[in-house]
Amino acid sequence: MQDFGQAFALALQLIVSADPALSEIIFLSLSVSLSAVAIASVIGLGIGATVGIVRFPGRGALIVFLNALMGLPPVVVGLLVYMALSHAGPLGWLHLLYTPTAMIIAQTVLVTPIIASLSRQVIEDFHSEYREQFVSLGVPLKTAVAALVWDARYSLLTVALAGLGRAVAEVGAVIIVGGNIKHVTRVMTTAIALETSKGDLALALALGLILILIALSVNATVSLLRLSASSRAYV
Amino acid sequence: MSNAGATLQRERVATSAVQSLFPLKVRRLVYSVGKQRLIDGIDLTIEQDRRTIIMGPNGAGKSLLLRLLHGLLTPTAGEVCWGETPRIDQARQRQALVFQRPVLLRRSVRANLRFALKLRQYTRAEREERLRHILELASLSSLADRPARVLSQGEQQRVALARALVLEPEVLLLDEPTVSLDPVSVAAIEDLLLAAHRRGTKIILVTHDMGQARRLGDEVVLLERGRVVEHSPALQFFQQSNDPAAGSLCKGRKFVC
Ligand SMILES: Nc1ncnc2c1ncn2[C@@H]1O[C@H](COP(=O)(O)OP(=O)(O)OP(=O)(O)O)[C@@H](O)[C@H]1O
Ligand SMILES: [Mg+2]
Repeated sequence: MQDFGQAFALALQLIVSADPALSEIIFLSLSVSLSAVAIASVIGLGIGATVGIVRFPGRGALIVFLNALMGLPPVVVGLLVYMALSHAGPLGWLHLLYTPTAMIIAQTVLVTPIIASLSRQVIEDFHSEYREQFVSLGVPLKTAVAALVWDARYSLLTVALAGLGRAVAEVGAVIIVGGNIKHVTRVMTTAIALETSKGDLALALALGLILILIALSVNATVSLLRLSASSRAYV
Repeated sequence: MSNAGATLQRERVATSAVQSLFPLKVRRLVYSVGKQRLIDGIDLTIEQDRRTIIMGPNGAGKSLLLRLLHGLLTPTAGEVCWGETPRIDQARQRQALVFQRPVLLRRSVRANLRFALKLRQYTRAEREERLRHILELASLSSLADRPARVLSQGEQQRVALARALVLEPEVLLLDEPTVSLDPVSVAAIEDLLLAAHRRGTKIILVTHDMGQARRLGDEVVLLERGRVVEHSPALQFFQQSNDPAAGSLCKGRKFVC
């Protein structure tokens, strides 16, 4: 086993020199997770806005269900998506297993309930504040939804970033449906798992540092956004 | 929307505008939450030409009554009839309510007013002209590009009032619209309301301010615990009130108005 100090020095060197293998992994990781979050945001916000605004029978149960789905274990999502995409599965004909697309699908499934649940809460709060005023003004439903989403934009962005944090850091689902194939489906988390088990701590540590950096900058962005928004009383 | 559809809609608006909103008749109106009858059997007839003031102590049900009149709440029993209009939501489209605690969008003052204007079929030029005009009228021009929610409470109330006035409603329902305004602003708002009234807008105003009630009111409705205890012309109300509650209201002894 390598000496930890040495591994750390090597890791920093990899980062500073923008090592191509490292960059490739980071790039793939970010593009997979950003795509997944983009898709999940569209679907999740649609669900969240609908459930947050419209009253229908079974709404309470649906909210509980969505909240429960937030805690879906990534490996279970991986397993389900694997079964759907495998040769024998209903989507086997698409031949998507072990491709970045499969990873995007898995992360989308993982993140959509989070975005749906959290944005439902946000939109519902805004709606209960604006409802009477909108009824009084005679705002049509479409305009009202658009106005709610726009006025809640800072909170909703926070929600999306929470989803991104979850997607980037997740390993269980992508390793099952992606397979951690070098140059194809190797992302940060799966690479860390593999390199650590191989004993190549330098690369694992470098990726780990980058991952922490990403998590930190996502959180910093959220805080800055909220700060600037609240200075204008927009939160 | 298709051209024909748009024309149809305009015609529909035109025909509904013909139906008078007055007299407003409130019959045996009850609004309860649980076992509490918060509005406890109100009968009222209100005519168009007079400026109506609603007074009464805290918790009397003034804000609830305005919401019921505006159709934001469904009565537990009884009914609210705006003239010949068959449905209250049709009447509501021709009214504006300024809430006791105004809800402004998380946008600039200008964007708040523009949001309201966009709900009507004005051309872009018309919209901007009305916007400019109302900003000036409500002395909001210098605040137009400030985020609405950082404004002081009094300024926010002026924005809410401007938003109501800019749509030129036939009925203005106002829930303590000048409560945190300085005397100069109060006078300015009262002038705005009087001007709107001269243009034919019906004014129904809730206030605790005796002076304001005297200055603006043609008739006064006094509420107490969800009931109308007096409904009389303003002159009579302020001079020879026969109801002991109204009498003490005038002297400001029983409760602070
Ligand atoms: N949703 C509700 N549930 C229970 N009680 C309510 C509800 N809404 C209003 N009330 C009660 O109804 C009463 C009348 O309320 P309302 O807001 O109409 O008073 P108000 O006359 O406008 O008083 P103020 O002068 O303080 O504005 C109050 O006692 C209030 O607590
Ligand atoms: Mg009130």
